[in-house]
Amino acid sequence: MNSSKIYLDYAATTPVDPRVLDQMLPYFNHIFGNSSSIHSYGQQAEAALENAREQVAHGMNCLPGEVIFTSCGSESDNLALRGAALAARKLRGANTILISPVEHHAVSHTARQLADLFGFTCISLPVNQLGAVEPEKIIPYLTSDVAIVSIIYANNEIGTINPIAEIGALCREHGIIFHTDAVQAAAYLSIDTDQLKVDLLSIGAHKFYGPKGIGALYVRKGISIIPNQTGGGQEFGLRSGTHNIPYIVGLAEALNIAQAERVARVEHLLPLRNYLVGRILEEIPDSQLTGHPQQRLPNHASFVFRGVNGNTLLMLLDMAGFACSSGSACKTGSPEPSDVLLALGLERDWAMGSLRITLGTGTTPAEIDHFLNQLPQIIAEARKMER
Amino acid sequence: MTSPGHVVVAMSGGVDSSVAAALLVQQGFQVTGMMLRLWNEPGSEAENRCCTPDAMQMARRVAGKLGIPFYTIDAQEIFKQTVVDTFVNEYARTVTPNPCLVCNRHIRWGFLFQRALAIGANFMATGHYARVQQVGQGSWQLLRAIDHQKDQSYVLHVLQQDQLAQSIFPLGEYTKSQVRQLAHQFNLPVAERSESQDLCFLGNDDYRNFLTRHSENIQNPGPILDRSGKKIGEHQGLAFYTIGQRKGIRLASPIPLYVLDKDSTRNTLIVGPLEELGKDELIASEVNWISGKCPEHPFEANIKIRYKAQEVTGSITPLSDQKVHIKFRSKLRDITPGQAAVFYTDQVCLGGGIIQPD
Repeated sequence: MNSSKIYLDYAATTPVDPRVLDQMLPYFNHIFGNSSSIHSYGQQAEAALENAREQVAHGMNCLPGEVIFTSCGSESDNLALRGAALAARKLRGANTILISPVEHHAVSHTARQLADLFGFTCISLPVNQLGAVEPEKIIPYLTSDVAIVSIIYANNEIGTINPIAEIGALCREHGIIFHTDAVQAAAYLSIDTDQLKVDLLSIGAHKFYGPKGIGALYVRKGISIIPNQTGGGQEFGLRSGTHNIPYIVGLAEALNIAQAERVARVEHLLPLRNYLVGRILEEIPDSQLTGHPQQRLPNHASFVFRGVNGNTLLMLLDMAGFACSSGSACKTGSPEPSDVLLALGLERDWAMGSLRITLGTGTTPAEIDHFLNQLPQIIAEARKMER
Repeated sequence: MTSPGHVVVAMSGGVDSSVAAALLVQQGFQVTGMMLRLWNEPGSEAENRCCTPDAMQMARRVAGKLGIPFYTIDAQEIFKQTVVDTFVNEYARTVTPNPCLVCNRHIRWGFLFQRALAIGANFMATGHYARVQQVGQGSWQLLRAIDHQKDQSYVLHVLQQDQLAQSIFPLGEYTKSQVRQLAHQFNLPVAERSESQDLCFLGNDDYRNFLTRHSENIQNPGPILDRSGKKIGEHQGLAFYTIGQRKGIRLASPIPLYVLDKDSTRNTLIVGPLEELGKDELIASEVNWISGKCPEHPFEANIKIRYKAQEVTGSITPLSDQKVHIKFRSKLRDITPGQAAVFYTDQVCLGGGIIQPD
């Protein structure tokens, strides 16, 4: 990798923290047993597994028995939605799924499949133009037919944080199961499941300096879910498959570090992020912040620029050495505004030109200045290309 | 070693453009791969010949292997407007267009070329089989490829001096079989695709079905006449027939009948026996002179009236800057309005123009 390149796409993924990697390494070859085995190799692996589970439970303020390890955030979302919807139908005949229009595809496409193939009714709840669900607005939807409500904690594209605890309280009042996708949130926000009043909560390690390929789902005690993956009965029968011990250890360690260093990370990132947003809105004509100006992830800045093609912009930025992301770009070159951007009510002319800049623990003020010094010119070039 | 410059390679995932990119990397260029996302009918994304998700994946793998950046460029809207709509409109006015020419002029050496220059590239390269040669200060010639079987200068005759000056055709000096070998030597993960002459946006569909879906007045039945004016049948719409066509006219006749002419003003298809087919002259307009200068006097040249046609000698008389009259020594059976007539002297492609209806 070219050392002059600057990575500003930490919401896509993060590098593994060296401390996390150190914890993981012994479990690839030295302590390699199958946690389901009876012998001492198995016992050592099981000890690591249960230790990790306790660490994660501590981070989520829940019981170890409420933590299910999965292969990623998307799998957690799948297990939560499909598992809880099918169980709710079986137990009480509930047939409606409520989601927000700003969900990650792991939730929205799962809900769509449940509607298309399993006969559920999927209803999209209203959001305001900052992409946030307003709790009082969802009350009319909370009927006895609702199997599950799923609302993203902090949106990946626009960074807006939803009032999860308030929504959780409403759902609990109505006796309805509530899931939140906390994949983006877990790096910077509290995932205290008790305070958030959630029944199900998804995380994925690679968003907080853990490895890719490992996630977890909080399943509150007493909540029934039907497994998506059956087999040897691991993870309390909810997620069969041999435990991926090194990655589970990595997730636990990364979550531990994220929580221990959260305040320091936010203190480092928030002023940088605010500086970035301020200068972009000031220096680039026809620019607009997307998502909530304050209630947003502290490392997250997202914009739309009128008359810009997001694909072109990302290409020009990459050529200038900056790795960013866009809600309208697509690797197959068929850019369309994302569902999330359209849900904000943006006009196409604006929504095509989205840009997401997400900072990480290693991002420096010098990098941000360097980026800001070049961005206006790059936006101008991108606009010229659209004529 | 100083780099000979920054070049954008138009990549398709196929063997030709992949080897072109690899050769440029080997020659020390700073190389950036780009792939155009072209238009296809909604729902037929997987059938488009040149920019399917598979082809894109392949191009991405090649770029990864070569260690070059790769970007896809959305050209769906402009491709639909300039290439596809023109294709339909040209058929509707009963000529037989060659959309690849329009694409090369407006999409590759228009839309993509501008983007390549805009990102600071000095050159654009493609996997076409053709050569560019500098002849004196600021003057460039388009030459046939070494491999005459594969030569694609016909579809490049629309290029002009400023474009040639910044175009590279790395495959022009190689034969197709050498290119295949090179792909092997470079260890490129390219799939051999069938070299269909079909148009990319048609997928596997027949152009007649496509036209029917995209133009309301394509299906426009009218009389089929012989040269004497006798009505001998009914046609389905002039767009569905090509000059020289024999099959599919659906006439009961003791001798084979060929499409001789299409009279669009009277919506009439003229047919006749083989002897009556063909003409020994044509008018071409929208002529591009690659040198930038229209010759002052009539001259002899070798002329191709279709991409895959045999070359024939003819005498070219400029009528105006962009219009010529061409006289052949004998009758040619496939002079088709809408196709290009392209002129050569030995290895040099001089330019060409679009054959006009009578």
